[in-house]
Amino acid sequence: MIANYGYKDGSGEYFISIDTDKCDGCGDCVGACPYGVLITGEDPNDPFREEPVAMVSEDHRKKIKYSCAPCKPVSDRPPLPCVAACGSGAIEHSW
Amino acid sequence: MITAGIDCGAKTVKVVVIKDGQVVGKSLVPAGIDAKGAAEKAFDEALAQAGLSRKDVAKVVSTGTGRKEPTFRDEEVTEVTADARGAVFLFPQARTVIDVGAEEGRAIRVDAAGKVVDFAVNEKCAAGAGAFVEAMARALEVDLEEMGKLSLQAKQAVPMNAQCAVFAESELVSLVHAKTPKPDMARAIHDAIADRIVSMVRRVGAEPEVVLIGGVAKNVGFVDSLSRDLETEVKLPDDPEMVGALGAALIAAE
Amino acid sequence: MTEEFWRWTESRWTSPDIDWKSGDIITAGCDVGSVSTQAVVMVDGQLYCYANMRTGSDSPDSAMRAINWALEGTGMTLDDIQYSVGTGYGRVNVPFAQRAITEIACHARGANFIYGSTVRTVLDMGGQDCKAIHCDERGKVVSFLMNDKCAAGTGRGMEVFADLLNVPITQIGELSLQVDEEPEPVSSTCVVFAKSEASALLRSGWPKEKVIAAYCSAMAHRVVTLLERIGMEEDFAITGGIAKNIGVVSRLEKELGVKALQTDYDTQLAGAIGAALFAKALVEKQRKGK
Ligand code: SF4
Ligand code: SF4
Repeated sequence: MIANYGYKDGSGEYFISIDTDKCDGCGDCVGACPYGVLITGEDPNDPFREEPVAMVSEDHRKKIKYSCAPCKPVSDRPPLPCVAACGSGAIEHSW
Repeated sequence: MITAGIDCGAKTVKVVVIKDGQVVGKSLVPAGIDAKGAAEKAFDEALAQAGLSRKDVAKVVSTGTGRKEPTFRDEEVTEVTADARGAVFLFPQARTVIDVGAEEGRAIRVDAAGKVVDFAVNEKCAAGAGAFVEAMARALEVDLEEMGKLSLQAKQAVPMNAQCAVFAESELVSLVHAKTPKPDMARAIHDAIADRIVSMVRRVGAEPEVVLIGGVAKNVGFVDSLSRDLETEVKLPDDPEMVGALGAALIAAE
Repeated sequence: MTEEFWRWTESRWTSPDIDWKSGDIITAGCDVGSVSTQAVVMVDGQLYCYANMRTGSDSPDSAMRAINWALEGTGMTLDDIQYSVGTGYGRVNVPFAQRAITEIACHARGANFIYGSTVRTVLDMGGQDCKAIHCDERGKVVSFLMNDKCAAGTGRGMEVFADLLNVPITQIGELSLQVDEEPEPVSSTCVVFAKSEASALLRSGWPKEKVIAAYCSAMAHRVVTLLERIGMEEDFAITGGIAKNIGVVSRLEKELGVKALQTDYDTQLAGAIGAALFAKALVEKQRKGK
C-alpha cells in the first residue's frame, strides 16, 4: 500500500509516501531523521501485517512542510536523510 | 534626483518618494476593491507631503502582488528585490531579511553588497502570514496591537495543535471555554506563527543581522516570539511596512 | 452554528431475516467520529443490527451507548459478541473492543461491502477532514491520503462560506446550481483567502448563488487533485457529509467524468461495518492458528 502522510494546503502539496510493500520495518529511516518525523510500529492501516512498518508520527502529520524544512534548504539541497537511509527505496517526498 | 517606489500589497498600498537618498514623502492607503484608484491616491498623497507634483518624479518603480496596477509606473520589481534593497539601505549589516505581510511571508538572504542570495516564500496559506494573526485577534475579540502586548504578559506557553487558521479559530474557542488566560493564548498564537516563519527562514539560513519588515513587524508579541525562536536579536526599522516601497524608490534612482 | 448540514436522524435497525442464535461468528464494529458514533453487529459477515447516534462529550460513553442501543430488543448481549473492533477518531476509546483499526482500512473494507467489490476509489469528505482511498476488489487499501490539516475541502470550509453568505448550509448545493453560466472557480484554495475573495465578489455585485457556485467548483477541483495523487479508478463512491451537497458532487462528477455509485445503505455505517468485518477475519485467523 502507498501510505501518503501529510497534506495539501493553499501553499502546496506536502506528502511523504511510504510504500508499505517495500518497507520491511527496519527502522533505518527513523534513526536517520534528525527531527523525529518517522517512526516504526504496527501498521494501523493493515491489521494482518505481521512486521512493523514506517510511518509519519502523529505529531508531525499536520506540519511536515515545517518539520522537514531544515532538510530542504532552498539551494544546494543534499539527499534527504530518510530517503537516503532507506535501503528498500520505500520513502518518497512530494516536494 | 527624485524617484518614487510604490508597493501594492494585498491589503494596503504604500508609496515612498525620495530625493537624493532622503525620504521626502510617504503614504499608506488601504487597497480596497479598487486597486488602481488606491494606487493613484497613495501616489498623490505622498507627493503632496513632499510638496511635489508628478512631473518632478524622474522614475517610478512598482512592487508587490498588485505591481501591475499603477498606470504611472515605469518599471516593476519583485517584492524580494525591493525588500532586500530597502532593508540593506536601512541596515547595511543585514544578511537575513524576513518580511511578514498580510498574505505572505518571505525570508531572504542577502550578501554584503545587498544582493539576493536565496529566498523562500510562503504564500496562499493564511497559516504562514499576517492573516493568521488577524483571524486569531478577531476570534479573541481584541485588536491587534493589544494582542501583541498581551502576549508579553504570558505566564506559560500553551501549545496550539491546529495549523490551519480556520481550525485554529475553533481551537481558540475551546481554549477560551477552558478559561485559558488571554495572555497565554496570545502567546500561543504568536509562537505558532513564529515557528512557521522560522522554519522557512532556516531554509535560507539565518545569519545575523536579522531584519524584520512588513506590517506584522509592528506586533510586539510576534517580534518577541520570533526572536526567542531564532535565538538572535531581530532588528526593526521604524516603518516596517514601508521598506518594500523604499527599496523600489531606491532601485528607481539607480 | 451551521451543524445542520451534517444533520441526520439518530437511528437503529435490526435485520428481520437473521436468527443470530444460529450464527457462527458474531462480531461488532464501532466507529467513534467527532460528530457521530455508529455501532454495528454482524452475524457471519451479514449486517444484523446497528445504531447510529450523536457522539457525546465522552468517547467511551458514546461507544457504549451506541452498542447498547444496537443490541436493544435483540436478546443479544455484549458477551455473545466474539470480537469487536473500534475505529474512527475515538477508536482507542471503545471499551468493548479488543482492537483498534484506522478508519482508512475500515472505510475501504466497509465500502467494499456496501457498494460491492467493483468499488476502487472511496472519497470521504467529513466535517473536518477529507480522505481519499484507493482499494482492490477485496476492499484492501492500495493507497490513501488523509487531509486533516487544511480546512479547504472539508465541511468546516463550507460552513465558513455558509456563514459569510448567510445561507443555510443545507441549501448551498441547490443554490449553487441556480446559475445560468458556470463562473470561474474562486482562485484561492485557502479558506481564509477564499473568504476575502468572495466578499470582494459580493461587493462587486455578484449574486450569492454565483459566489457559491464559484466556491463549490473550487472545492470540487481541489478534491480532484487529491484523488489524482492516490490514482483515481472507477467505480467511485463518495461518503461523508459533503456527499449530500449536490453542488459539490455534481461538479466533481463532471470534472472527473464519472458518476458516483449509489446505495440504499446509510453510508455513515461504512467504517463500523468495515470494523466488524475485520473482527470476523481476526476471529477466523485465531481459529486457524489453533
Ligand atoms: S526530510 Fe528530514 S525531517 Fe523529513 S522525514 Fe526525512 S529526515 Fe526526517
Ligand atoms: S484553509 Fe487553513 S490550511 Fe488551508 S490554506 Fe487556509 S489557512 Fe492554510
